[in-house]
Amino acid sequence: MRGDARPFLTLASFSRDTPAVSDAVPQVALRVRNLRKTYKDVVAVDGVDFEVRAGECFGLLGPNGAGKTTTVEICEGLTAADSGDVLVLDMRWDSAAGEIRQRLGIQLQETQLSEKLTVMETVVLFRSFFRQGPEASAVIAQVQLGEKTRSRVGELSGGQKQRLALACALVGDPAFLFLDEPTTGLDPQGRRQLWDLIEQFKAAGRTIFLTTHYMEEAERLCDRVAIMDHGKIIALGTPRALVASIAPGHVVEFSAGNPANEVDVSAVRRLDGVSSVRTQDGSVSMNVTELHRAVPALLGELSRQGVPLTELRIHSASLEDVFVTLAGRRLHDELRS
Amino acid sequence: MVSVASRPLAQLTLMRFREFLREPEALFWVFVFPVLLAAGLGVAFRNRPADAIKIAAITPEMAKSLRQEKLLDVQELSMRTGEEALRAGNVALLAEPGPGGTVVYRYDDANPEGRTARILADRAVQRAAGRADPVGTADVLMREPGSRYIDFLIPGLLGMNLMGSAIWGLGFAIVDARRKKLMKRLIATPMPRAYYLLSFVLSRLSLLVIEVGALVGFGALVFHVPLRGSLFVLSTLCVLGSLSFSALGLLIASRARTIEAVSGLMNLVMMPMWIVSGVFFSARRFPDALQPVISALPLTALIDALRANMLQGASFPQLARQLGILAGWLVISFALALKLFRWR
Repeated sequence: MRGDARPFLTLASFSRDTPAVSDAVPQVALRVRNLRKTYKDVVAVDGVDFEVRAGECFGLLGPNGAGKTTTVEICEGLTAADSGDVLVLDMRWDSAAGEIRQRLGIQLQETQLSEKLTVMETVVLFRSFFRQGPEASAVIAQVQLGEKTRSRVGELSGGQKQRLALACALVGDPAFLFLDEPTTGLDPQGRRQLWDLIEQFKAAGRTIFLTTHYMEEAERLCDRVAIMDHGKIIALGTPRALVASIAPGHVVEFSAGNPANEVDVSAVRRLDGVSSVRTQDGSVSMNVTELHRAVPALLGELSRQGVPLTELRIHSASLEDVFVTLAGRRLHDELRS
Repeated sequence: MVSVASRPLAQLTLMRFREFLREPEALFWVFVFPVLLAAGLGVAFRNRPADAIKIAAITPEMAKSLRQEKLLDVQELSMRTGEEALRAGNVALLAEPGPGGTVVYRYDDANPEGRTARILADRAVQRAAGRADPVGTADVLMREPGSRYIDFLIPGLLGMNLMGSAIWGLGFAIVDARRKKLMKRLIATPMPRAYYLLSFVLSRLSLLVIEVGALVGFGALVFHVPLRGSLFVLSTLCVLGSLSFSALGLLIASRARTIEAVSGLMNLVMMPMWIVSGVFFSARRFPDALQPVISALPLTALIDALRANMLQGASFPQLARQLGILAGWLVISFALALKLFRWR
């Protein structure tokens, strides 16, 4: 079985000196079974099951507070679960923590590295903890911080700090990378730079487990996505399959009328080509299979009811719509309110 | 061969050094401040030929007889300006003629200088009027190094400095790393956790050499503070003291998550010792009932031992009690800190 995993280790950027047998990645890099974790009276993780396959980029997508970080930190051996089973690279934290740590690359949410050290000093420090791995300067070059080698960490921009954090995750030449919200708080340019880097790791065959609350990030980077809400996984599959299963085609959102003259939503539900309808805060959102039939039908229905249309938006269905359909609210509601 | 770059303990210790040396404020407080304080207090309390005490007299005859006394600095003032000078504290005593050829001394008897002035002035007045001393006397003056205030002060400042740099150094660095989640990031690597704590001890002990050297060297060179005990005993005391306070710092920082919380705790622990442990004045000034508690404090034990070593040349046998107290604080604080320590 182990032999099958070898192709995933064909790294483009780094060559391993002597690939030992223990470096082999099993076909399932991470297996999580029935994981539970409660903080005081808050259930953070409520019976979670999933697998991360070797060589894939697996995303845990969900709003803030869904339990993503708790789940990841249990998998990283930083938090103890109340119950459940975690198998990382065929090993368990209680019996092989040291060995697992040698082979994981971890980026935590919101780590502030020491501002007084330079980029090089920071990477050399992290490199010293690992048995094997590339030269510090090679990792720095890989995350495109070559010009900042001698700069203090305190002088770096947010995006550069995030790439330095990534470099610290790469110093042990890990077969398996954990990235917890790697682009949160970055500007669009910093985010794109980081996405490019993560895509390089994917191409190099590394297994990646990332969490995010940006659906476009999950759609772009992840081979498979688990959507998490209130401590539970509510959907799991490839982004394409998830979108296809829940929201085939397009999403039409509109606002119409006013409290005195409301839309009769039940009539909208019966329209041609409409597969499901939700209302939230006075706006109506419909999953539509056939746009060319549903939109004229909607406009006709609104004028029949005599309700004026105030807003109309049409877009292709995305993971956001999957979340809205399953959770009954938007992914970023807590940010907007 | 393993290079320095690949040794985690060396790298962690280097990180401590770099963080410390790149913080100018910390450098000032640890190395410069104690020397400035010693210099300032040493100058303020320097031993000099006893100052002449300033007094005032109302009449020229009285001023003339008072000037026979070398330890008095006599001004001749009018009654009104003399009273003002006395109230303002510019003179310690005002001598004025009383009824029937008597002399009236005005002074504050709660002020030691006033009482001294009263004795000296009266002696001068009586001698000028013809009194002879029935018994001859002679003075032997004690001014040799080892019994001056600066000699008392340098070991006290050394102890205070060892406590401050260990507790502040560890407390702030640990809580800062915890607050910034750097500690959590480090334990997510294969780094041995003991190395993390050990790196603090190693950097502390290395900085100790400079820290102790600066203060003791300054005292010895500038004020000729004696070093009567062996330097080995002195070094051992400094190392043991620093380790005990480092353990205490670790304990204080073992759970705090914010700088505010740990600052409060550190002040709570250190403030009483600054006052009662005999840094600036003898701990014996406090009531006898408190002495057992005061002498069991680590700073009291360290300062007592440093003074006994530097000023009286005490060696290990005489310092057994203080060494025992310091070792006890070290073991108990460290054990408790390890039990309570929060790694994230």
